[in-house]
Amino acid sequence: MSDIELARRFRAGDIRALARAISLVERRDPSVRELEEAPKGSTAEVVGFTGAPGTGKSTLVDALVSLLRKQKKSVAVIATDPNSPFTGGAILGDRIRMQRHALDPKVFIRSMGARGHLGGLSLATREAIRLLGAFGFDQVILETVGVGQSELEVAAVAGTTVVVLTPNLGDGVQMIKAGILEIADIFVVNKADLEGHQRVVMELRGMLSLSAPRAHAAGSPKAWKPPIIPTVAARQEGIEELWAAVEAHRRYLEASGQARELAEKRLKDETAEVVAELAREQARQALGEDAGLTARLMEDGTPYRAAEEIVTRLGRGLKPPAREH
Amino acid sequence: MPVDTAVRPVRILVAKVGLDGHDRGVKVVARALRDAGYEVIYTGLRQTPEMVVDAALQEDAQVIGLSIHSGAHMTLFPAVVQELKRRKATDIIVFGGGIIPEDDIAALKKRGVAELFTPGTPLQDIVDWLRKRFPRGGS
Ligand code: B12
Ligand SMILES: Nc1nc2c(ncn2[C@@H]2O[C@H](COP(=O)(O)OP(=O)(O)O)[C@@H](O)[C@H]2O)c(=O)[nH]1
Ligand SMILES: [Mg+2]
Repeated sequence: MSDIELARRFRAGDIRALARAISLVERRDPSVRELEEAPKGSTAEVVGFTGAPGTGKSTLVDALVSLLRKQKKSVAVIATDPNSPFTGGAILGDRIRMQRHALDPKVFIRSMGARGHLGGLSLATREAIRLLGAFGFDQVILETVGVGQSELEVAAVAGTTVVVLTPNLGDGVQMIKAGILEIADIFVVNKADLEGHQRVVMELRGMLSLSAPRAHAAGSPKAWKPPIIPTVAARQEGIEELWAAVEAHRRYLEASGQARELAEKRLKDETAEVVAELAREQARQALGEDAGLTARLMEDGTPYRAAEEIVTRLGRGLKPPAREH
Repeated sequence: MPVDTAVRPVRILVAKVGLDGHDRGVKVVARALRDAGYEVIYTGLRQTPEMVVDAALQEDAQVIGLSIHSGAHMTLFPAVVQELKRRKATDIIVFGGGIIPEDDIAALKKRGVAELFTPGTPLQDIVDWLRKRFPRGGS
């Protein structure tokens, strides 16, 4: 598919063009960026799920998709699983739990390897979310395994982050990873059909009461207290309560002004990242082509003066990479 | 112009189609492909040809791998190839394995299945075949 063909098919609502565009943003290929420019009012809302493997995230996502489809909303799911650090390969198996939505044209499911993304998972995911919004999806659900940095990456992208726990946590709630309390907007205690779920809820409640209230915007009514929602995802129980909590959190973000703040901060961070990418490319080019610069660099033995020289040059004309259209 | 020309792993969607619970082989193959650096999307049991192709399109997979032990390979493999035609996605390669007699293999290859692997095939043979098909990764 050429870039023009891709753009035409994307705008015509062709799923394959959307899928190909997402592959391109996974590589941070800039050629599809104009497709991300959504018509007004068509940005998707994003909720992220994270938690240990086997806690039931995919099953929860599946249940939530069912609820949202009953409300006639279109839903896109991005499910990430870790890649092997040794080979880069991966088995992406989250779709298995979402099979009842197969062939529903208003449901799009995409599996992503969580590693090996240029610039990190959150950058690729943000681009993918904009594509999904521009394509016309109302809601985007992210699923990520709570290992490594991936849950932090998801929290940096989602409007609402849901942390999933279960009764059969090996070492109890005390052992949940540092940083989780800070990123959770909602806790789900899934598998509430299993013994011990009440203890998890109580331990969690105790832990939350000890932690400092979440920083919140000046003038906002009150800080957000992450609710704890018991669910039996496998039986579609607690899903309406979960969705009500997501919507309450969204209203809170709007009312407190944090929605805007967050959007602004994220867009600024992302802009800085894109500037760095553009600059890096130009710097490599300058260093590759300019023998004089290389000679001075080698003479200095440190990178700083050459770097300043390049930045000064960039200031005179930083050009974005040409688009092939 | 891409910012980076890093090769993307080849994405392979593997599935069991039809009423067939023999999933040991497909899981072994999936693991071998992961260990060889491929991104494997496993969609599980009891898939229809339509589901398989639809998922492959959403996942932007370059390859579909089917595993069939039920005896229905002469209908299911061609049905997936046909569905790819209908969805104008004939660039996606179909291959697979399972219980498939010699004669049927020849017939299926004539009907658009790229390759078939039967019980006892060393996993390395499957990986080698893919390497030959995709020498430059999934870009
Ligand atoms: C284990 C087994 C079972 C287990 C399955 C467990 C499981 N979860 O997988 C159980 C006991 C449940 C079972 C049940 C049945 N089985 Co059974 N089973 C076998 C057996 C003995 C071994 C299969 C196996 O796991 N092999 C090991 C794996 C690693 O090998 P593989 O699957 O062949 O995979 C290799 C290749 O085929 C290929 N490959 C396979 N898939 C894919 C996919 C891709 C993408 C690629 C590239 C390659 C590839 O690569 C692999 C590596 O070499 C075979 C006999 C045999 N020797 O094959 C019978 C066999 C498959 N079963 C058979 C039958 C009839 C049944 C039953 C109908 C029996 C009954 N009457 O109840 C039921 C049906 C169950 C169901 N729901 O489908 C028949 C099928 C006959 C046919 N199709 O003509 C066989 C051939 C036995 C026979 N000789 O009659 N079975
Ligand atoms: N008992 C029980 N099992 C569940 C529930 N939700 C999911 N499971 C099971 O937990 C296992 C892991 O589920 P999955 O959604 O794949 O978890 P993930 O790894 O977090 O995505 C599966 O066997 C599910 O059937 C639940 O509410 N109760
Ligand atoms: Mg999962």
